[in-house]
Amino acid sequence: MLSYVASKLLESLALIVGVLVLVFFLVRLTGDPVALMVPKDAPQEQRETFARMMGLDQPLPVQFAQYLADVARGDLGDSLRQRRPTLDIIRERLWPTVQLALGALAFAMTIAIPLGLAAGLNPDGWIDRIARTVGLAGQTIPNYWLGMLLIVFFAVELRWLPAFGRDTAASLVLPAVSLGFAGLGQLVRLTRSTVLDVRRSDYLRTARSKGVHATGLAWRHVLPNVAVPLISVLGIQFTYLLGGSVYIESVFAWPGLGTLLEGAIRDTDFPLVQAITVFIAFIAISVHLLTDLLYGWVDPRLRVA
Amino acid sequence: MTHASGEASMEGRPKSRTENRLLHGLMRSPGGVVGLILVVLVASAAVFAPWIATHDPGQADFFAARTPPAWHPEGSLEHLLGTDQLGQDLFSRIVYGARVSLLVGVFGALSAVTLGVTLGLLAGWFEGWVDRIVSGFANLLLSIPYLVLVIVVATVLGRSLVNVILLFGITSSPVFIRFARGEVLRMKRLAFVEAAQALGATPVWVVPRHLLPNLAGPLATLATFEISAMIFYEAGLGFLGLSVPPEVPSWGNMLSLGRRFLTTHPWMAVFPGLAIAVTTLGINLLGDWLRDAIDPRARERG
Repeated sequence: MLSYVASKLLESLALIVGVLVLVFFLVRLTGDPVALMVPKDAPQEQRETFARMMGLDQPLPVQFAQYLADVARGDLGDSLRQRRPTLDIIRERLWPTVQLALGALAFAMTIAIPLGLAAGLNPDGWIDRIARTVGLAGQTIPNYWLGMLLIVFFAVELRWLPAFGRDTAASLVLPAVSLGFAGLGQLVRLTRSTVLDVRRSDYLRTARSKGVHATGLAWRHVLPNVAVPLISVLGIQFTYLLGGSVYIESVFAWPGLGTLLEGAIRDTDFPLVQAITVFIAFIAISVHLLTDLLYGWVDPRLRVA
Repeated sequence: MTHASGEASMEGRPKSRTENRLLHGLMRSPGGVVGLILVVLVASAAVFAPWIATHDPGQADFFAARTPPAWHPEGSLEHLLGTDQLGQDLFSRIVYGARVSLLVGVFGALSAVTLGVTLGLLAGWFEGWVDRIVSGFANLLLSIPYLVLVIVVATVLGRSLVNVILLFGITSSPVFIRFARGEVLRMKRLAFVEAAQALGATPVWVVPRHLLPNLAGPLATLATFEISAMIFYEAGLGFLGLSVPPEVPSWGNMLSLGRRFLTTHPWMAVFPGLAIAVTTLGINLLGDWLRDAIDPRARERG
């Protein structure tokens, strides 16, 4: 187990360094990072002052070393527009995004898991048909469009729920549902197919042949085995939700990391864009690491590989 | 999909069998038929746009601005789905918008398959440091949430159709890298590949003759789902103002405009979104059918 943990930790560290390299060179890929950040009609001397201020006149290796040293000290650079550390800005916007992602995950899980279980235990019944339709709908309805439909229906027509912002607890409902719907579809499909797989397994046939009651089968034998693949999918889901929240936050004017990224791009505030990307990648890699470790703990066979 | 087509390709005529199986599957799958109809519908809209559209998609008519759809009391038959705030005909813009979506989806997926399969084959065949570099690249791209990666790369590349295709080709390649690498690693140890090598065949001979034909089926399925994902993400980028230039009629650009009038003129955002949903539905149904036809065991798993 210890070498498993060590190898997973090392892998994550390598990925984080990789992300830093990628993000650093992506901005410089066009050859002229100054042109990305300064208006086209700015006079030459202003461009040069800006380049000197940002250290962009230094040779690339020097810039990169400086960048790595800053990151190691927990400094992701200053925002161009707001003129203060990007990490402070990110920290203010982190909670609303996490809240939205958790809300979406809660919505998806509370509906998907019972629905998927019921469908898998009774394939080709009417619940199964609903589950399959939901699975397909989650896959095909774009979340940003669903968000707009929900606004038109529940906020404009019925006036039940607020359409924009994050003022009351009710504000969370529509964004969380729109964001969670795709995950709901995926979770239903996964739960259903896992139940079907488990039902075909040898140990279940044994349990059935020795006379275990149908309810006992479902609770004692099927459920625990469905839980294992769910863990890894929930990890993937969470990082997917972090990314997907950019669209949803934009639709609902939700003050999280997504709208922060959108605004930073509009303002060509590249240090902030860079910092948000690194930060979100860091969270995603950490969550991935956690699910890997959890998985290895639940399923000892994985520790070998 | 393992032994059946492996044998087929050794017999030298894998095509007829696969085609039979595909047709057979299509007839038994109502979802596949619906998917095919939807995809043909959208593809014809894209190809024959000038003949189907009722108006020039870029023609502004300020007297007809914000007309509701035809069935609305204030609507008119002149503009079937209504107009936007410049008086441009929504139906015609949606028909032309199919072009951008399908171009990005098809060519984006083709680039991703080409790049991903090439890298994956190299990694799987040579292993060692080649594999470490290629797999590292794939893992790195996969470690950043996809949408954030796409947005950041789009910002750097700038707004043009070619750049958007390139963007999706690169960011979606890890799926194909992983798939091709895994398959090569597995098949390298199968008897028919080892036999070919024992007879003196070099990788240049073995890979295209023996490995690629076996990858074609699952690759087609993967690529189909990737096309629908790219259409979804491209429209989302357009919605954020990061895809093709704003004057180009695309579903994403229409959404981006329509959202500003969402509370007063909802149809401006509803119809382009519906076009995206219908297209991805068609492609997904087609993909499900393709997957079931190629791997019958997957059918029950849904």
